[in-house]
Amino acid sequence: MDKKMASWMYAKMNDIRNFENQVQKIFATGEIPGFVHLYAGEEAIAVGVCAHLKSNDYITSTHRGHGHCIAKGCSLNGMMAEIFGKETGLCNGKGGSMHIADLEVGMLGANGIVGGGFPLAVGAGLSAEILETGGVAVCFFGDGANNHGTFHEGINIAAALKLPVIFVAENNGFGEATPFEYATSAKTIAERAKAYDIPGIRVDGNDVTKVYQVAQEAVERARNGEGPTLIEAITYRTHGHFEGDNQSYKSETDREKWPVEVDCIEQFKTYVLENKLLNKADMEEIEKTSIKAVKEAVEFAHNSKVPRGEALTENVYVTYK
Amino acid sequence: MARKLTFSKAINEAMDIAMERDNKVILIGEDVAGGATVDHLQDEEAWGGVFGVTQGLGNKYGRKRVMDMPIAEAGYMGAAVAAAVTGLRPISELMFNDFIGSAMDEIMNQGAKIRYMFGGKAEVPLTIRTSHGAGAGAAAQHSQSLYGMLTAIPGLKVVVPSNPYDAKGLLLTAIEDNDIVAFFEDKTLYSMKGEVPEGYYTIPLGQAEIKRKGDDLTIVAIGKMVHVAEDAANQLAKQGVESEIIDPRSLSPLDEDTILQSVEKTGRLLIIDEANPRCNAATDISALVVDKGFDSLDAPIKMVTAPHAPTPFATNLEQLYIPRAETVVQTAKDMIGELTLSR
Repeated sequence: MDKKMASWMYAKMNDIRNFENQVQKIFATGEIPGFVHLYAGEEAIAVGVCAHLKSNDYITSTHRGHGHCIAKGCSLNGMMAEIFGKETGLCNGKGGSMHIADLEVGMLGANGIVGGGFPLAVGAGLSAEILETGGVAVCFFGDGANNHGTFHEGINIAAALKLPVIFVAENNGFGEATPFEYATSAKTIAERAKAYDIPGIRVDGNDVTKVYQVAQEAVERARNGEGPTLIEAITYRTHGHFEGDNQSYKSETDREKWPVEVDCIEQFKTYVLENKLLNKADMEEIEKTSIKAVKEAVEFAHNSKVPRGEALTENVYVTYK
Repeated sequence: MARKLTFSKAINEAMDIAMERDNKVILIGEDVAGGATVDHLQDEEAWGGVFGVTQGLGNKYGRKRVMDMPIAEAGYMGAAVAAAVTGLRPISELMFNDFIGSAMDEIMNQGAKIRYMFGGKAEVPLTIRTSHGAGAGAAAQHSQSLYGMLTAIPGLKVVVPSNPYDAKGLLLTAIEDNDIVAFFEDKTLYSMKGEVPEGYYTIPLGQAEIKRKGDDLTIVAIGKMVHVAEDAANQLAKQGVESEIIDPRSLSPLDEDTILQSVEKTGRLLIIDEANPRCNAATDISALVVDKGFDSLDAPIKMVTAPHAPTPFATNLEQLYIPRAETVVQTAKDMIGELTLSR
């Protein structure tokens, strides 16, 4: 990793953290409609993987998708406006937090359906293969989704057809309120790769440098026509399933330990300092820029208009009056 | 004064009574107990489903009868079908009716077909509880009202309660029924309070309720839309128009007689359905009246529904999406015409 990459990664991790902190704060005021599911704490995975992607590579995401969107290059203004339900949002206010998408940057959509992303990523891999774009597709999913039928169907198709797809499990310990160990018969998600004869790799999902390395190999394999890889990144959901969740299923020890001791941004700070990739001044500059960008995104969202009423029936193939 | 319960608590109480009366009744679904196998978790703090509707049942009946399932709707819905065929009487919760896409084969091709395909030699006493409806800012994949889709499938019964009293009585009937019943709960009604008697009572499927008597216009409204109808009827009454409101309560079986008799009296039919306008419960009821009650009609049948579009996220658009009393009032006035209004 060079200085430029370290700087990009540190900036993206900060953007995600600051963005989510703002969303959390504003959601509590009641200004944001619907549900929000926060990604803060899991930044290392989205950033470590997306570091290897180009704009013609695609990703699919989940209900906890803000981090993937930011790492893949979605505009903070467009995202925040979308979450507020404004017409300047990336989906013109019609999608909301769970459905942010931006095909311009290869973001094939957050998703409200658990397991919804697997076949979509396979499809993006299929088009890359047939159109010979050289692109790859990454499917981000939570541990809850690894028990869904689409996980197995999607990975099998990608593996059987050797498509350029990377499956990235974010094992944060819980599928909604249910612990991973209860819901999953296998000890790990990675070992399920064996059944599809593809590499399955477990990695510390809070160490962005390790995620970066593992993802590099997987993306190279995919670009070289060697087929899919299943990566299981181990992390922890420092937030609830949704904002407002009482999180009674979490232990006190975990609650105290995780946000502080194993924070992926703090870990990366130490790494870049030790390896002289960034100095304190560089980091402070990035932090300031990030805070400013998120503040501007909030202002942009505040100042944007809600969609016109006519938008209700636009973008449907057929309208019946 | 009679006891008041929320829609949510009334549904919880029906399950509680059913589980108390029959130990073959089990409850399965995602997080229905909440935090399964978490050592420190006191059961009373556990989730009880994402809306808290099943809270306390895991504690009372144990996690062998209230079982959290992996996020695998096809897997556990299919399991619920066969568990029903082989001796249990499961209640299977589908967190949002939108997730039916993931479990449709199990419901449509397995569960709904088994009794008929097996020559009547099998029964499927399964209740599928699910949440539906817009108004929570939950956007396109968490806000649909898909009861019409299931009503179209032979072998399924479909219930859409509009208030706490009906929810309890209808759910008890659904659980005791020997066929699959899909039970649709509007998520924006969960906090609505209403009178609910203690103890056991049932309401038969296929028996509509006349919520308000009137001679000028019949309004058939489904689920939460009953409240929209009541609001509209109050406004219309001030202008001298008396509406008769019918809550079908179950869409399959459908109480055709109550609807036809009302239209025979009023000569006009307006149907309110929050589902999208094509091939929904409203078009179905409209077709019924054209087919069997055409001679009673003095005016074209009108339907007030969501538009032919997915549910939008933006609050202002979502409010335009959901049928409103104002639209119902205007539509009713158009149907009745100025002459009647000025009488």
